[in-house]
Amino acid sequence: MTQAVRGAAIRLAACAKSYAGNQVLSPVTLDIASGETLVFLGPSGCGKTTTLRMVAGLIRPDAGAVFFDGTDVTHVPIERRNVGMVFQSYALFPNMTVAENIGYGLRIRRVPKVERVKRVDEMLRLVGIETLRDRRIDQLSGGQRQRVALARAVAPRPRVLLLDEPLTALDASLRERLRIELDRLLRELCITTIYVTHDQAEAMALGDRIAVMTQGSIAQIGTPGEIYFQPANRFVAQFIGAANILEGPIEDGSLRLPGGSIKVANPPSAPVAVAMVRPEEIDIVNLDTAAWKGRVDTAHFLGNRLRLTITEAAAVPITVEVSNRLDDLRSGDQVGLAVAEHAVRVLDE
Amino acid sequence: MKARRLLFVLQAAFTILIAAFLIVPAVMSMVAGVTTNYAKGVSSGLTSAWIFQVWDLYADTIGRSILIALATLTCTLLIGIPAAYALHTIGGRTGRLIEELITLPLAVPGLAIALALILTYGEFGAFRQSSLFILAGHVVFTLPFMVRSIIAILGAIDVQTLEEGAASLGAPPWRRFVDVVVPNARPGILAGSLMVVTLSLGEFNLTWMLHTPLTKTLPVGLADSYASMRLEVASAYTLIFFIMIVPLLVAMEMIGRRSSKTGLLL
Repeated sequence: MTQAVRGAAIRLAACAKSYAGNQVLSPVTLDIASGETLVFLGPSGCGKTTTLRMVAGLIRPDAGAVFFDGTDVTHVPIERRNVGMVFQSYALFPNMTVAENIGYGLRIRRVPKVERVKRVDEMLRLVGIETLRDRRIDQLSGGQRQRVALARAVAPRPRVLLLDEPLTALDASLRERLRIELDRLLRELCITTIYVTHDQAEAMALGDRIAVMTQGSIAQIGTPGEIYFQPANRFVAQFIGAANILEGPIEDGSLRLPGGSIKVANPPSAPVAVAMVRPEEIDIVNLDTAAWKGRVDTAHFLGNRLRLTITEAAAVPITVEVSNRLDDLRSGDQVGLAVAEHAVRVLDE
Repeated sequence: MKARRLLFVLQAAFTILIAAFLIVPAVMSMVAGVTTNYAKGVSSGLTSAWIFQVWDLYADTIGRSILIALATLTCTLLIGIPAAYALHTIGGRTGRLIEELITLPLAVPGLAIALALILTYGEFGAFRQSSLFILAGHVVFTLPFMVRSIIAILGAIDVQTLEEGAASLGAPPWRRFVDVVVPNARPGILAGSLMVVTLSLGEFNLTWMLHTPLTKTLPVGLADSYASMRLEVASAYTLIFFIMIVPLLVAMEMIGRRSSKTGLLL
């Protein structure tokens, strides 16, 4: 993109959707800033694709409205919303070459041929497939198709880019590489982007903000850091990364557990609390002075880390990840545990 | 070892016998068409006279058949492509019900359809006496083949996603249809077209009921020549019929094979 195109600011106002009496999306209200990348993250059937298709204009909400830059577009069909979309199956046209696919949106907009060719070449360069210009779609690999789909979506300079699990169909190593490229591209383009995925690593890497969805509603929305360190509830905590869920009574500002007690920064007033601690936040400390103890059940050397499963510390076995230099720990050893109080996140449940 | 050899010989002989049983009559008929006097056998000499005679007597039926076939094709394309697309889009039980309804003429004997057409439109003299009457019959009879062939391909190419892709790029509904749906349904349309042309050229039941002495088609002329001409003339007629229909069948087979290679269903 030679000139910067300002992406549209998107607003969903109480958008809801039901199919045959089944509510797939509870009323969702959400603002996406111009140029922001928002990731909808959640398990399949959580309503993330429905929300995306609502923004695209492929699904009309039963209630509520969709705004682009303050203009109500709820009843504007997709072809007049000026969005770019990358589908999970890419939806490339088999009857056209790579260049024709990329140029299709420009042809529809009656961009003159000379400029069209120039822009298609620019797009081919942008996604690094100059040599595939005149190939047929069935001659391309999965990764190449993904690039064509992306180039085709951004060629008409849309104000909103919508990506529906664009990397899911690819194998792991390719996915990793394309994720990095995609990230660079999205920053370069400054288009408002909505990205749907069930892969939390993808969400973390690409999102300015992440909306974690479950059962047709947004469980939490925030930056990747907020989502990871301050999950709003048990679902978010367990869906993003590994999490130890600790339940017990609150006594003197501490959470009482079978293996001892841990300090909580902002103890809740309720007598019983549920808290989350990330495996890497727990340290192994001197057994004699430790306020919280457990017994090593399994110890797995992962190379860069050592992953321990500790029993007796909480009602359920907990996972601890520590430095790989502690590799003399054996199954059955009793260990002291410590966790900083700010790392203990009390969940609303 | 010996037993296996014997088995092979027996199997080969049986296969050849069956093939010959089917092929010999066709060959005999065609040979008859170029034999001076069939009663005396090929020894009486070969001639192209019969073919010319057929041409003189029945050239108009051949021309009419080709015209009707092409007109039938045009009609089935104009009706069939949008119809198949609509049925695919409607889908579900309603779509299938309508599809079955369109297919009904296949189950009803051609004679019955012809009779129905005559009962309904027989009063319209000009229509009844023109080739258009036969055209109407052929369209009713061949349309299901076209529609089914296109529905099959639409089911195989995920039209909805392709259309959504085109829509996301700004294409209004008619552009999606013209730019994406029709080109990608081409193998199905082509297969349907060949089938329609072949069926129209060869259709006898319906046509025999619908024709007038002035609107004979190729197969009706063939029956006519069997009934009223020398055997050699009728056979020469068969030969011409073969020459016209075999390339179409070969083309149909080739398209079928190419489509199955690219993973598209016919």
